[in-house]
Amino acid sequence: MSISEARNQTAEDGCIGVVETQYYTFAHPPDELKLECGKTLGPVTLAYETYGRLNAEKSNAILIVHALSGDAHAAGVHRGEDNPGWWDDMIGPGKAFDTDRYFVICSNVIGGCKGSTGPASINPGTGRPYALDFPMITVGDMVNAQRHLIDHLGIQKLLSVAGGSMGGMQVLQWVASYPERVKSAIPIATALKHSPQQIAFNEVVRQSIMADPDWRQGNYYEYGQPAKGLSVARMIGHITFMSDQSMEEKFSRKLKNGDYSVKFGADFEVEGYLRYRGESFVKRFDANSYLYITKAVDYFDLSDGKMVSRDRPIDTRFLVISFKSDWLYPTHQSQEIVRQLKAGLIEATSCEVAATYGHDAFLVEIDEQTHLIRHFLEKTYYGNGTLESGI
Amino acid sequence: METAHWNLESKDARQDHRIIFDLVEPGSKVLDLGCGYGDLMYILTREKNVRAQGVEVDDAAVYECVKKGLSVFHSDIETGLTEYPDRSFDYVILNQSMQEVRKADFVIEESLRVAGKVIVGFPNFAYIQSRVMLFFRGRSPITLSLPYRWYDTPNVRFLSISDFQDFCREKRLRVLEARFLDDRGEVRRLPNLMALNAIFMVARQRETPAAAGAGDSGGTS
Repeated sequence: MSISEARNQTAEDGCIGVVETQYYTFAHPPDELKLECGKTLGPVTLAYETYGRLNAEKSNAILIVHALSGDAHAAGVHRGEDNPGWWDDMIGPGKAFDTDRYFVICSNVIGGCKGSTGPASINPGTGRPYALDFPMITVGDMVNAQRHLIDHLGIQKLLSVAGGSMGGMQVLQWVASYPERVKSAIPIATALKHSPQQIAFNEVVRQSIMADPDWRQGNYYEYGQPAKGLSVARMIGHITFMSDQSMEEKFSRKLKNGDYSVKFGADFEVEGYLRYRGESFVKRFDANSYLYITKAVDYFDLSDGKMVSRDRPIDTRFLVISFKSDWLYPTHQSQEIVRQLKAGLIEATSCEVAATYGHDAFLVEIDEQTHLIRHFLEKTYYGNGTLESGI
Repeated sequence: METAHWNLESKDARQDHRIIFDLVEPGSKVLDLGCGYGDLMYILTREKNVRAQGVEVDDAAVYECVKKGLSVFHSDIETGLTEYPDRSFDYVILNQSMQEVRKADFVIEESLRVAGKVIVGFPNFAYIQSRVMLFFRGRSPITLSLPYRWYDTPNVRFLSISDFQDFCREKRLRVLEARFLDDRGEVRRLPNLMALNAIFMVARQRETPAAAGAGDSGGTS
């Protein structure tokens, strides 16, 4: 199938329909979840959704892992709502993650605020939100928690784990932590570790939240979100998600009201856009969660053979995707993943997609990703009896 | 699988693919540098149970390889070799791609590091028609194996069969196989004049016990 055919098929295919978020609670005291920081957490709830049907052999399960501010609602619509899930173009009947063939799971990370246990959750020890008493979590902890969910669903080996950005880090962490449980991995627009530039952006994001007096050292839950700080934090994020070209195409220097206000209002459309994204983020995302999760991705580091090496052979197949205009997670970081795979003699495919949307491309550049992922999954699932494992 | 079945018996099958297919041992590990649309890797994996990794810089070719279910890295050839440990593969294939690489000697040396055997296929610049075009017409050669004009060729290295043989002598490489092709089939006589394409399989000179021992003794006695 050519890429344009894939596009047509995608356009014709329907949505999954109405879906419902489910919850799995585990790690009840005294069997709490051990975290990498040495502390424990429990009970732990994970919000998750599933699409498609698990086959009798339980061999068609794919775990989708989300980015920084994502959630379990990856596809379909919730009853009474119009907005489809964040990767609805990729998940559904006939789509890249074809729910006619595969059983797709998406879980919200711990530390998040979309139904999974995070700093806004009630601390059973105090009866109040954890706030900064919430332990520092890592990408490894997120993946460990997901592993409990996968155990709960009775799945021994995932056909694939796939995700972009921080989702891609979880993909890599799955291979590092549980290589025998992952038949294939699709890390998209991601890195083995954050560069100082990426850490720097996250630090500005955190400082913006913590500089807001309404943050109150994290104890704002009775009063409301530190709206200004969180809003500015998200504005910074959105700048890094777009490319120079996509901003030019989307906004150029267009004015909101036809002329300069000669005041400090939002004259340019790009200003209005950033303000809108910032304000809407305040309504949907917990400020402390943003602090914890940005710190988790900054700590993440699987470089220098910590994921795979020659001494630690694995048979996971890899599809590594990056985007030409993504300057937040540039292609050279994906090539670093590829270099580690080569050093570990892992069979793999990498592709730099010629997209112009910047880092956002993993959410919006559907045709090329669909072509790559659909064929890669077909090969992983059906195989031909000869190409099952690593080189 | 929806991919049309490409096979060696079809009249469209490339002669160079047939020859390389015969050279590669079943079940071996192959790195195909500049694998293009992956036809050779596809037939090697299907018919000879070969484990193949491709490297290809062209976007459309990468998408086609993925469609065929092949593993391919989207990168240039020089980058494609780095990081592989020594002897990661049984063969490195450089078919019709070496002449597009600027550091051709580096790529061959690196290929010999990551694989025991290197299969190199390239167009012969000293083919009789090239010589005629250059000598009598004073024009840059355009032949079946060098079909480009001076301004649109992807080739950056122009070599003859004799050039490559000199290179092998100079670098002390063993020529395990040398096959020559024109547009009808294999060429046996005067290949540097009569062949459009050449396929060499080369390896490093086997270390003689004496040479290997010389380093250990350190020559102190």
